[in-house]
Amino acid sequence: MADVETKEAVYVTDQLIADDIDAYLVQHEHKTMLRFITCGSVDDGKSTLIGRLLYDSKMIFEDQLDALQSDSKKVGTQGQEIDFALLVDGLAAEREQGITIDVAYRFFNTEKRKFIVADCPGHEQYTRNMVTGASTADLAVILIDARKGVLVQTRRHSYLCHLIGIKNIVLAVNKMDLVDYSQEVFDKIVEEYGEFARDIGIESFTALPISGFKGDNITTLSDKTPWYKAPQYAGITLVEHLETVEVLSSVDADKPLRLPVQWVNRPNLDFRGFSGLIATGSVKPGDKIRVLPSGKTSTITRVVTYDGDLEEAVAGQSVTVCFADEIDCSRGSVISVADNPPQTADQFEATFVWMADEAMVPGRAYWLKVGTQMVSATVQEPKYEVNVNTMEKLAAKTLELNSIGVAELTTDKQIVFEAYADNRTLGGFILIDKMTNATVAAGMIHFSLRRSQNVHWQAVDIDRKQHAGLKNQRPAVLWFTGLSGSGKSTIANLVEKKLHRMNRHTFLLDGDNVRHGLNKDLGFTEADRIENIRRVGEVSKLMTDAGLIVITAFISPFQADREMVRSMLPEGEFFEVFIDTPLKVAEARDVKGLYKKARAGELKNFTGIDSPYEAPRNPEIRVDTTLISPEDAANLIVDTLLGDA
Amino acid sequence: MSSLRFGLGQHQRKQPTGTRPGRGNLMKTLTHLERLEAESIHIIREVVAEAEKPVMLYSVGKDSAVMLHLARKAFYPSPPPFPLLHVDTTWKFKAMYDLRDKMARESGMELLVYQNPEAIEKGINPFDHGALHTDMWKTEGLKQALDKYGFDAAFGGARRDEEKSRAKERIFSFRTSSHGWDPKNQRPELWNLYNARKARGESIRVFPISNWTELDIWQYIHLNDIPIVPLYFAEKRPTVERDGMLLMVDDERFPLQPGEVPVERSIRFRTLGCYPLTGAVESEAKTLPEVIQETLLTTTSERQGRAIDKDAGGAGMEVKKQQGYF
Repeated sequence: MADVETKEAVYVTDQLIADDIDAYLVQHEHKTMLRFITCGSVDDGKSTLIGRLLYDSKMIFEDQLDALQSDSKKVGTQGQEIDFALLVDGLAAEREQGITIDVAYRFFNTEKRKFIVADCPGHEQYTRNMVTGASTADLAVILIDARKGVLVQTRRHSYLCHLIGIKNIVLAVNKMDLVDYSQEVFDKIVEEYGEFARDIGIESFTALPISGFKGDNITTLSDKTPWYKAPQYAGITLVEHLETVEVLSSVDADKPLRLPVQWVNRPNLDFRGFSGLIATGSVKPGDKIRVLPSGKTSTITRVVTYDGDLEEAVAGQSVTVCFADEIDCSRGSVISVADNPPQTADQFEATFVWMADEAMVPGRAYWLKVGTQMVSATVQEPKYEVNVNTMEKLAAKTLELNSIGVAELTTDKQIVFEAYADNRTLGGFILIDKMTNATVAAGMIHFSLRRSQNVHWQAVDIDRKQHAGLKNQRPAVLWFTGLSGSGKSTIANLVEKKLHRMNRHTFLLDGDNVRHGLNKDLGFTEADRIENIRRVGEVSKLMTDAGLIVITAFISPFQADREMVRSMLPEGEFFEVFIDTPLKVAEARDVKGLYKKARAGELKNFTGIDSPYEAPRNPEIRVDTTLISPEDAANLIVDTLLGDA
Repeated sequence: MSSLRFGLGQHQRKQPTGTRPGRGNLMKTLTHLERLEAESIHIIREVVAEAEKPVMLYSVGKDSAVMLHLARKAFYPSPPPFPLLHVDTTWKFKAMYDLRDKMARESGMELLVYQNPEAIEKGINPFDHGALHTDMWKTEGLKQALDKYGFDAAFGGARRDEEKSRAKERIFSFRTSSHGWDPKNQRPELWNLYNARKARGESIRVFPISNWTELDIWQYIHLNDIPIVPLYFAEKRPTVERDGMLLMVDDERFPLQPGEVPVERSIRFRTLGCYPLTGAVESEAKTLPEVIQETLLTTTSERQGRAIDKDAGGAGMEVKKQQGYF
């Protein structure tokens, strides 16, 4: 049987283990690692190929093989021959049971390398799973059934792998045994794929004619495909290619230094080190570095590890470095080579892969994590969505689960970044829902929309401290939130009067008034409400920069939006004031007659009636209007604000 | 011989960027162990940076030994800024308690030992209570300990190559306030970006050595000279054979059955747990390379043994081994 021949041709390690275990261990120690993703479906022979790789690298033992042989006869689809797909049938079983199909990670070794395979489901509804698996891969194997040629799913898989930046694409034309190992069939598929690949920007790929089932050109060159040795072909086996292709981390080592700081190591006053995984480049004592976003420079004095100081460390290593000078550097900072630093910016264009059941809400604030930086970010309406099967650009108002699109993004403060194409670590990000904490999207930065003029912050001569100092007060935002008719405006007015009498410089932003001017273009849809709050937040921020105490009175029903404003302001300047009035009470008061209209269906999206109100979880101040008077409430708020100040 | 090789290994580690023959200017390819080590350290540091109160579950086995060593590397020269938690069953091997206390001292970390008070009170033991023993001491004990101290992130030493279902678990695995796990609702993990955000009351289990295989673990212990429990090495020890298992008579609590007399055999253990539940193998392997060699080769004969079973009409597929090295 062909299977047995293949196995013996490749594997000789048993003998080495028996004869010289030390030599075997040295060999294993010096192996490099390649992470790759397999794209295709069971129909393309993906499970069979993975089973074959595990089998040929001795990940399957004799007893399992025996069992496999009997299983193959019982339930296999390959007649009397071994059905390798049964080895990795976890996914098939999942499908039958209808439970989540997910990325599975599998491991195997050859004499040269250790391999981690991200085994991903291929159907369109698992786009997010494939993107996840591809994000850590050095290489992608795109499987094609030789009988079927380039299919829609081939295009989709190739597009996704290219999108995520995989440079090494292997086109594995499988099931060659079923087309009589025809050179003509192979050539035709490669030509067709080549045209498509060029169209979407794939610069090169390696095409191999294989049979996962029969073992042709997997570990040994097959005598069934003598034509494959001609110079126009790769002429190597799949395993040989996987063993010799260049891995990503060695490419990254030749780029300029980027070291995102994870943690500051300060065991005592004599040691201050900065720990992180080197994203790109290398670092050694004596190197001139620049810390972003501050832009301060210093010199590396030590590269510290548990095993002793290093003369040099490179991309992919986790290290701790020390500087010659005491400059500001903390989690989220990026240590860079001094003369070629990355940029900082707060507006970007990026590609998004939406990964949550809940669709993107343009204007809503999400957490954005890039490297070790965590900031608040809002996404604009997509410029377009990409049809993952045809690569057509389509108009879109939002992005749903598994859809991919391009949109602009604004962060609440400057982040250190590079284009994803140059640096996966500083260009790849995730978005996190502020309410559920779920990871809702992955993103890849294209470029910034408004470049910072300089990596150094331009010091403004009169800054917010001086503004506030002149007024002899600490700026703050008192953010009132509560149902319509809860008493926000009444109490906010009283608070402003009290503060004014105390010679405080204040400004009251009232919901109704703002809607007559600044926000008169906005309606009451969810997106408009978010934009309403965002603008009020920005205005409040400007006013606090001018040193004012800002009082706002908006229903602001969504926690995420209030958190967005909180995150715009320095720590301790945002006071969430919850005017807690039960719906029953507010509706009974109905000062403006709005509840009546809403109940009658004349007003849509009315908070408390047909639109939810998310009560604050941990407000700085809570006022129960069923227990205290507006006057007492105002006193409580002023006392809290000034007592805290 | 092995010590000579070990020296070589250390030398190699100090020159991670050292020359590799035939690679010209690209002499910076890290070995697979260097990449795994860097990934694990990165994960451990992310948790410390983002969690409020992390803890490391320490079972004193070889995987725990590697995980602890990685934590020490991650924060050197500081000690790891979290405690070790040993969920104790009171029935571990004596040698495990010895190593546990020694490693806590050496690492400068606080050691928390938790024993389920209910299990103590009821005298739950492996001889009389079977599955209840594991459930009460380990499963319940762990939940109680995490609740008692209010830990919001717990490092565990599980690996993806251990079994099929583990191959799909995330590195950051979320638990509800009642410690439940919802495999259908796992967060996508892209690049090396981990989302550690959670609501109050929720916690995360983090598996920093997810991508290590059993062979990697042994090799790393070998290269880094990491202390492990001596029971992993062969030595003459008092044993009895019971239900086809070789059990070690580790202390006087072991109830000998009528006619049973402990016999000195040269044995070692492949995994370590409660001594009355852990079977030994007869072996002469006294050094790590010998253990690795024996483990790699013994499996072959084990497999052959099973093949014979099959001829006799028995034996099924050993699912657990499909993705393992041994």
